[in-house]
Amino acid sequence: MQYQSQAVAKPYFIAAIALFTGQILFGLIMGMQYVVGDFLFPEIPFNVARMVHTNLLIVWLLFGFMGAAYYMVPEESETELFSPRLAIALFWIFLVAGAATVLGYLFVPYATLAQMTGNDLLATMGREFLEQPLPTKLGIVVVALAFLFNITMTVLKGRKTAISTVLLLGLWGLAIFFLFSFYNPHNLVKDKYYWWWVVHLWVEGVWELILGSLLAFVLIKVTGVDREVIEKWLYVIITLTLVTGIIGTGHHYYWIGAPEYWQWWGSVFSALEPIPFFAMTVFAFNMVNRRRREHPNKAAVLWALGTGVMAFLGAGVWGFLHTLAPVNYYTHGSQITAAHGHMAFYGAYVMVVLTLISYAMPIIRGRAANSNKAQVLEMWSFWLMTIAMVFITLFLTAAGILQVWLQRVSDTPMGFMATQDQVVLFYWMREWAGLMFLVGLVTYIVSFFVKGEDSAATQ
Amino acid sequence: MSGIFTKSMARNIFYGGTVFFFLLFLALTFDSHKEFPKRDNSQNLTPQVIAGKKIWETRNCIGCHTLLGEGAYFAPELGNVYPRRGPDFIKGWMQAQPTGAPGRRQMPQFHLTDEELDNIVAFLKYTSEINTANWPPNIEG
Repeated sequence: MQYQSQAVAKPYFIAAIALFTGQILFGLIMGMQYVVGDFLFPEIPFNVARMVHTNLLIVWLLFGFMGAAYYMVPEESETELFSPRLAIALFWIFLVAGAATVLGYLFVPYATLAQMTGNDLLATMGREFLEQPLPTKLGIVVVALAFLFNITMTVLKGRKTAISTVLLLGLWGLAIFFLFSFYNPHNLVKDKYYWWWVVHLWVEGVWELILGSLLAFVLIKVTGVDREVIEKWLYVIITLTLVTGIIGTGHHYYWIGAPEYWQWWGSVFSALEPIPFFAMTVFAFNMVNRRRREHPNKAAVLWALGTGVMAFLGAGVWGFLHTLAPVNYYTHGSQITAAHGHMAFYGAYVMVVLTLISYAMPIIRGRAANSNKAQVLEMWSFWLMTIAMVFITLFLTAAGILQVWLQRVSDTPMGFMATQDQVVLFYWMREWAGLMFLVGLVTYIVSFFVKGEDSAATQ
Repeated sequence: MSGIFTKSMARNIFYGGTVFFFLLFLALTFDSHKEFPKRDNSQNLTPQVIAGKKIWETRNCIGCHTLLGEGAYFAPELGNVYPRRGPDFIKGWMQAQPTGAPGRRQMPQFHLTDEELDNIVAFLKYTSEINTANWPPNIEG
């Protein structure tokens, strides 16, 4: 480690992996409820499991982003972190708030939770992904602002690089667009319209800046390619991202009561959204091919390349699959949406956070890379989780195509539940693939505890 | 990507492109707001509908159902449930939950009063009258 304060990233990474595990366990519960409807009912109804599954995903990725920023920014800025103590304090605040929220979901009826937490003062709850009680939402804002203060002050007192600038832009954007979660008009059309300013402008906007920045950082470190080259790529990729992604928001405005011209704007611009992801894949492979050094951490290189490929497949290809308005008319809100959501989140955000953890964690623990034995196990976990996610996506896509056909295209459309009964085979296969994912995740965690000969300590 | 095309050119294109397309997005949003009243059924946004929307939110209905295609995909689309089933069926259905049929998906019992049930029905009726460009493709949602 070049700077002592980079070590504050460690608890963030550990918490991220722990919450990731929770997310997967609740995913398996939901997958089971898809095939055995009354599984764990009434103890854990599907809607509760889903809130826990999606909210844990968001929270652990935020832990990952924050940990990544604490690790990267001192090294990029060539100075110690502005306040390591603030970073540790925020860690505990965020962890306790996150845990309390999840326990609230699990043990308090949602309507009671809403009443207890001031939803009558300002109604923000009960909207997909923004289910958090008001105090949690306010806590997220406070933690995000204090975190941004810490990171921004560090950048301001040190060297300013394109990587840290883009990271800051992404993180500030994340905080600013989250503010729309407090806007919940009675008018359902406006409610949905601005709900997407959080959800879409996060995952198809500012989060991609964070993604690009993390990937660029690791690629500089593991390939030794000139910073000028990598940062130029970074700007090109994020330009393509925002030029296509901002107006691309329109692909959510087709059927919610917004003007119909969004079908044109949304289709044309979101059809271009795969381009930045393709550029990212080319970028990752190109830089690794042009490497000037053989970094001992082979696992981190594998994660970096995997991020490029899987983000392109999940976000790019599976996004394009159903983004054109005439196609989306049939596929909107079906299992095809679920298929895309799973692979896109895994390929883009899960994998980039794991890339950074894979690179940074050994260094925080005092070595350039883990032992060969530990790396082999980590690479096994890469393949297990990635292939499992490919299968989850393929099975959900198959279920989705059948569902759309039976329920929406056919001359004699079937009802929702009758259709679900017809595609149950694919839900079973998805659950088995989910178990394979869990095996991969356990393998990943075990790889942290495998000893063996370390590569030489660095710096 | 080398020689003439420099990093600072890439950076300037990034800032310029982002600002331009964000302003375009704001302009389209401004225009959408002018169009909303023609499509969003806001003339029927009664206190009863508003109360119904709050019940919809505080029971986390979106955690299983979709509404205009958004939400979870575990239970039926409810944006058009009003024309599909009618008010009496919706109320009776919610009162009868959970069915307890073994192996079948279960909907929780929310213990809503008659007034609250009427509110949620009013909200679903209002939602079904939003102009959604003819989505969903048929009554099954």
